Parts: sequence; C-alpha cells; structure tokens
Amino acid sequence: MKKFSLSRREALKRMGAVGVGAFLAAGGLPVYGNRSHGGQRVAVIGGGFGGATAAKYLKRLSPGLDVVLVEPQKRYYTCPFTNLYLGGMREFETLGHDYRELSRLGVRIVSQTAVDVDAEGRRLRLADGDSLSWDRLILSPGIDFRWGELEGYGREAADKAPHAWKPGPQSRLLRRQLLEMPDGGTFVLVAPDNPFRCPPGPYERVSMVAHYFKTHKPRSKVLLLDAKDNFSKQGLFLEGWKENYGDMIEWVGRSNDGRVVRVNADKLEVETEFGEIHRANVLNVVPPQKAGFIADRAGVTDESGWVPVQPRTFESKQVPGIYVIGDATQAAPMPKSGFVANTQAKVTARAILADLAGEEPPEPTWTNTCYSVIAPDWGITVAGVYEVHDGELREVPGSGGVSPMGAAADFRKREAAYAEAWYAAIAQDTWGSR
Amino acid sequence: MRLTTVAIAVAALAGALALTLRHAGADPSGEDIVPVSNDRASAIAMTCANCHGTDGRLESTGIPSIAGKPEIVLRSQLLAFQRDEYPGATVMPRLVKGYTEEELAAVARYFAALKPTPEEPSQQP
Ligand SMILES: Cc1cc2nc3c(=O)[nH]c(=O)nc-3n(C[C@H](O)[C@H](O)[C@H](O)COP(=O)(O)OP(=O)(O)OC[C@H]3O[C@@H](n4cnc5c(N)ncnc54)[C@H](O)[C@@H]3O)c2cc1C
Repeated sequence: MKKFSLSRREALKRMGAVGVGAFLAAGGLPVYGNRSHGGQRVAVIGGGFGGATAAKYLKRLSPGLDVVLVEPQKRYYTCPFTNLYLGGMREFETLGHDYRELSRLGVRIVSQTAVDVDAEGRRLRLADGDSLSWDRLILSPGIDFRWGELEGYGREAADKAPHAWKPGPQSRLLRRQLLEMPDGGTFVLVAPDNPFRCPPGPYERVSMVAHYFKTHKPRSKVLLLDAKDNFSKQGLFLEGWKENYGDMIEWVGRSNDGRVVRVNADKLEVETEFGEIHRANVLNVVPPQKAGFIADRAGVTDESGWVPVQPRTFESKQVPGIYVIGDATQAAPMPKSGFVANTQAKVTARAILADLAGEEPPEPTWTNTCYSVIAPDWGITVAGVYEVHDGELREVPGSGGVSPMGAAADFRKREAAYAEAWYAAIAQDTWGSR
Repeated sequence: MRLTTVAIAVAALAGALALTLRHAGADPSGEDIVPVSNDRASAIAMTCANCHGTDGRLESTGIPSIAGKPEIVLRSQLLAFQRDEYPGATVMPRLVKGYTEEELAAVARYFAALKPTPEEPSQQP
C-alpha cells in the first residue's frame, strides 16, 4: 500500500482491478484481479515447505503475477520422514521432490543461491553474479547452524558426529553409521534448547533408532541428552517408548545433568554441564540454530538470530517489502514445522496480493499438525490453530492439543497410517509431487 | 478397518439427517446467521489442503478427498467433529475447534462446490 503513489492506486481503482477476491475462478478460488498484478514480480528465496508453497499459491491466486523461485537444489529432500528413513521404514529417494510441477504452473525457477539482498533498491544478488529485481520478496530460507557455539561442534565435527538436521548427505551418513554399529552399542542424541527446528524431532528420531535396534540390534541402547526439562508431546513419547521399547531409551533432562557443553567428535564423546562424560558408538548432535544466512544479509534478523515479523502478514518488522515465513521466523506459539511453514506461506501470499492491490490484508488463519511416528503402528500428534489477537499471535482458545494418553492400539495405529497419508498430501500441496 | 469406515460413514449420515432437521427448525431459510465470505472460507480451506490435498483433492492415501462431496455430509461431519460426536476421530476435533460453526458451514459449502477431479485451468490471457 505504502509503495504505491496515489495516482497509481487511483488509476488501478478506475480500471476496476483493485479489490480482493474480485473474481471467482471456476473452482471457487478467488482470483485477485489478474491485471492489477501483471508486470509485478514477487521473488521467493528458498524452495522448501514455506517457499515452494508460497510460489505455488501466489501463482494460483494471481496467474498474471511474475513469480520467481530462487533455490539452488534441483531436488529438495524433506526433513519430515528422515527419521523413518533412519528407522528403515522409508527409502531415501521417497523424500525427494523437484520443481517441475511449479514450473508447469508458471513459476520461474532460478537454480541458484541468493547471496545478498538490497532492500532499498529491491534487488537480490545471485551466486553467479547476476541480479534480480522484485516488487515484494519472500524469504523462506530455513535454518543455519551456530557452528562452534556448542564447544567442539564445528562444521568438520559433523562429518564424524552428524546432525542430520538438514537432509541429504548428513542423513545418509547417520544411517550408514547405524547400519555399521555393532549390536550392544550406544546411540547418543544431543538435543538443543528452544527454539529449534521441529520440536518433536529429536524424540521421534530416538524412537525410530530404537525401532531399528529392536528389529536388528536388540542389545543396543539409546541415550538422549537434553538441554531442556520439558519437550513436545512428552507424556505421549514416554508412554510410547515404554510400550514399544521397554527401557531401551533413556532420556536425561537438564536438571538431571542432560545439558551437553562439550563435544569431542573424534572420540565420539560428550561432556555435560556437571562434567559427566558419555561415550557413544554413534553420536548425533542437533546443534543450536538461527535463521538462514540470507535473512541476515537482508537485515531482517534481530539479536536473537531469528526474524521478527508483523503478525498479520509476516512482513518483516525491520524491512518493509520483505516477508519472511517458515523456520526462520519468530512465530511462537507456532512451532517450526513444515506444516506451519506451508500455512504461513498461504497467509502471506494473500497478504502480498492484497498489498499489491492496495487493500488491507485478509484475516489470517494458520494451522499445524505434527505427526510423530514412535513405531510402525504407533503414531501421535499435536495440533494447533492460530490467530492474531490484540496484535499478537496466539493459539485459538479451546482448539488444538495432543493425542489422548492411554489411547487404544487402534487409535495409535490410525495416527501412524495418517502420518504416511499426511506426508503424501503435503508433498502434493507443496511441490505437486508425493 | 474397512468395517469401521463403513460404520463411521453411516453414523455421519445419520448425524447429517439429524442436523438437517435441527437446522431446518432453527433457521428455515437454511442461511447462516453470521455471513462468512467465500474469501474467508477459501482462506480456511487452504489450511485443509495440507492433509486433504490442494483444493481438497487426493488420490487414495487414507485421508479422504473432500472436493465435491455433498455439502450436507461435509457440514455434518465438521460439526460432529466440533461436538466430539464423531466416532473414532483423531486430529480433526482439535483442529475444527479453532473455527466457528458458521465458518465450518462455509468451508463445507466451499469444498462441495469444487469438482472432485481437477480441470485444466482455462487459458485466459
Ligand atoms: C528430523 C526432522 C523431522 C521433521 N519432521 C517434521 C514433520 O514430521 N512435520 C513437519 O511439519 N515438520 C517436520 N520437520 C520440520 C521441517 O523440516 C521444517 O519446519 C521445514 O523444512 C521448514 O520449512 P522452511 O521453508 O522454513 O525451510 P526449508 O524447508 O529448510 O527450506 C529452505 C530452503 O531454502 C533454500 N535456501 C536457503 N538459503 C538460500 C539462499 N540464500 N538462496 C536460495 N535458496 C536458499 C534451501 O536450499 C532450502 O531448500 C522436521 C525437521 C527435522 C529436522
């Protein structure tokens, strides 16, 4: 709105192009006045859950808009279900998705890394030196690691003690280490303090490792050293671990000296706050995190390393015209999940189209459902619905929550089956593939 | 598993009938008291796509496809979820409690109006 001169806005109004949902497509989807967005460009950096969804829905809602997606990878591998891959329940390649469907929809794909953003000049610079202009920019760069913040855990340490918290070679390395580990060995997972990508992720991971051990290396142990005293779906995980794995999984919270302060990747040893040394056969360190580096370059991060956003639209609080979605944002109480990134993308796509048309953003609504698979027949969920209330994000009172404790086996089994179905659905909704 | 599905479908239909009657009594016009715009309905519907596929269309994955289902069925199912009256429900009750009855009715109407299978987008310039 603020970027239009009055005369331009007036001109658009006279053309009848202003007005959210002015046209309805055959399917019932509102089409935001094609003509008003013709020639306008929205660039999206990052083709993960947030970025790919944003590009797709921008194009669906406003076919005349020029939508450019900047993503260096030709094939994106999801973090969701890497744990199932580690547990032997999934082939790695089933986690890969490409951009053909988005391209078919008319999204322009630029297979490069964006290395810098000029907010004032409304341009971004690509790794090959080229640059690209935009009218609005969406960043969905995911996370980067704070290498070295956990003593002894720098980039090179990850070659020996993988994080596998970004998918690809790291996930394969961890799987190979599990396959090579002798029966009777110990798998140690180091979990970080909040906030971090996928709050239930570490707990699903140890579940899947335990599943693999139970079926292939039953004398082995799983130790989870945690920088926190509470975690997502805690009661349900503890119940599920006991039922499925007896006492194979040991969780040590912060007050019981679970916080790791030093890593020795060569010796596969970690040291906790009060000086206890734990030795692993396979060591998986989930390091502290921050927004992907391009958010820094764009000037949208604050001292926390994450991105503060306007609650209604997810436009940066610091730099107008740049919108940020997904894991990079401070969006509590929404978790950093792929599901949330997908629904944030849709809200932000509509907000940008409204802004380009000189309209107020529509009332937002976001949802989340995080499935965790504890065993092949044992799934659990946490769900949430979010809104803006008094200028703040909050969970809609009375909605959301976790699966019931002590539920029947059939309930757990159906949530496990729905987890698989959810994966296929969100992959289709995000990249158009499964 | 299959029997449960049939039982749920039957229960949902029975619920649908009961609801039609209830609503017919309360509001003969069949209109919602608080109007919910199609725009709002489509915003909510987009969050459904996460599990039910873009536009509510899915090839059999275990989660039902919802595009083009009869409005009365969708509406009564959504309201049954909201009232914890849907046998065997897992995550849906927790999600639909984030919306008003009127919003759910509008979402039901929205999906009912969609074609069950996608049509090629009309190539209008
Ligand atoms: C083990 C594990 C399990 C998980 N399980 C689930 C689950 O079951 N359900 C769920 O909802 N979520 C799950 N998550 C969380 C989910 O992976 C993230 O929340 C999600 O990926 C966030 O999406 P995003 O778009 O913010 O970032 P990403 O999906 O990471 O996408 C970022 C993209 O941006 C690209 N990029 C970064 N910088 C640049 C740049 N400068 N230029 C161009 N491109 C760039 C990257 O290549 C990447 O493709 C899990 C995570 C982990 C680690």
